[in-house]
Amino acid sequence: MSLDTQDVQKIAHLARLALPDEEVQTYQSSLSSVLELVEEMQSVDTSGVDPLTNPLEMTQRLREDEVTETNRRDDFLANAPHSSNGLFLVPKVID
Amino acid sequence: MYQQNIAALAKQLRSKDISSVELTQSFLSRIKDVDPSLNSFISVTEDTALNTAAEADKLIASGNAGPLTGIPIAHKDLFCTNGILTTCGSKMLHNFIPPYESTVTSRLKQAGTVLLGKTNMDEFAMGSSNENSYYGAVKNPWDTTKVPGGSSGGSAAAVAAGLVVAATGTDTGGSIRQPASFCGITGLKPTYGRVSRFGMVAFASSLDQAGPMARSAEDCAYIMNAIAGFDTQDSTSSEQATDDYVDTLSQPLQGLKIGLPKEYFDSTLNDDIKNTLMTAIKEFEKLGATIKEISLPNLKLSIPSYYVIAPSEASSNLSRFDGVRYGHRCENPKDLLDMYMRSRAEGFGQEVQKRIMVGTYALSEGYYDAYYLKAQRIRRLIKQDFVNALAEVDVIMGPVAPTTAFDIGSKTNDPVAMYLEDIYTLSVNLAGIPAMSVPAGFDNGMPVGLQIMGNYFAEAKLLNIAHQYQQVTDWHLQNPNLAKGA
Repeated sequence: MSLDTQDVQKIAHLARLALPDEEVQTYQSSLSSVLELVEEMQSVDTSGVDPLTNPLEMTQRLREDEVTETNRRDDFLANAPHSSNGLFLVPKVID
Repeated sequence: MYQQNIAALAKQLRSKDISSVELTQSFLSRIKDVDPSLNSFISVTEDTALNTAAEADKLIASGNAGPLTGIPIAHKDLFCTNGILTTCGSKMLHNFIPPYESTVTSRLKQAGTVLLGKTNMDEFAMGSSNENSYYGAVKNPWDTTKVPGGSSGGSAAAVAAGLVVAATGTDTGGSIRQPASFCGITGLKPTYGRVSRFGMVAFASSLDQAGPMARSAEDCAYIMNAIAGFDTQDSTSSEQATDDYVDTLSQPLQGLKIGLPKEYFDSTLNDDIKNTLMTAIKEFEKLGATIKEISLPNLKLSIPSYYVIAPSEASSNLSRFDGVRYGHRCENPKDLLDMYMRSRAEGFGQEVQKRIMVGTYALSEGYYDAYYLKAQRIRRLIKQDFVNALAEVDVIMGPVAPTTAFDIGSKTNDPVAMYLEDIYTLSVNLAGIPAMSVPAGFDNGMPVGLQIMGNYFAEAKLLNIAHQYQQVTDWHLQNPNLAKGA
């Protein structure tokens, strides 16, 4: 499986990564070589084998739906690149 | 002092031959002297360390000290530490000060350890050489022209150089065992779910597991006693009871059945390493163990299965880094999309971006079944291989890596060759079983690790086996000549 430059740009967009044009080719070749490496899987017969998602086959543990955390807004905002009046600031979304 | 084990140091602390503050000062000054040539630390937390040591001395004076009180350690810079910079080896988190503490670091703090700093690592734990760190490559203390392994390379190098007594690591595909092997120390990757993942920066959540890295199995056992066990904060934490990992160290190995997978000893493995490992395995026979050849037929499929599952989970986990709530944000974004795309492209290094893209592709519409689901079906075949083998034998032994530590820069242009380095470690994470790397000799002056793999929750057995071996060998007591190659 090898990718063309358009595939790489599409994947980069889906992954929200701005790839400079000069890097598209580098990733085209490195992503293609990973896909070649994993191609070996397709020759294995896995019919009747269920996917394994958790090695211990555990199911999701649930807890009571109750408040367990205190409000630590200021602590969390301390790491924000931009914040104001207790809110995270992002570029304007709606005109 | 820098080469002493936890039990010996604890004894000297309790008998007041040395105070925790003196011990801490001495290790801190050794870090200052030695680490500029290794780069094993991203942050050294001198003030916090001296304050914690003073507290430890009070506890010792009051007679309430535990076995880890006052012992200097370091954490891989992937564990969130409240109020202390946690970078995960990335520019993305160059300014991230966590407002909370991971369970592993919290339990070790509770046990009285003294944190000296946060260790270097491959960015977001993606790498087998520690060359992928935004904070620079780490050098192997045995030869500074060589890599220490990765991704927990900073922790391994720091322990091997005697800069700390023990360190934490994490292992998603071999990131505790391979650096432990390359640096000649002992490392344990516990069963998936044995140690809480709460507060670890997530890489691949169905594979990630934290564990101890130290000179000996005994020291690893002391760390395991502090960190292992159920945690309500981690939804995949196991409720199974823990063992006392120190108490069980001295059990005899008479009657132990060791399996040697033929796929681990084929032509991929370097002959010198093979001979070193066979010599080690003879020691176990002398200790009363019997050897049996076994087969793990799907071993080779662990590479494709892992390099689909791990990047897929990473692409999902790393979507949280968006420049909004923490971490790097680009300058002057023109809109929200531009902010996401440039913040992520600037904040992540190449290997991380590559793996995010591999994962994004594998999870994307039309490819999900052929890649992600297929990889998970193969994952079950790999797990079944281990279940079958461990019904016949008690433990499995083999190499940790196909070679000893390689030269810095020698594989950076061939990423697939770097991925193939992980052939002997990945399957353990896919199956979720525990495994160790134990120093077993040298090849051309570089350490060789023996991998010991066991059944689910058999950490006590693995530590016991490694400890018994370390009673009759002294590979784990060898020290690098820190001037070499510097």
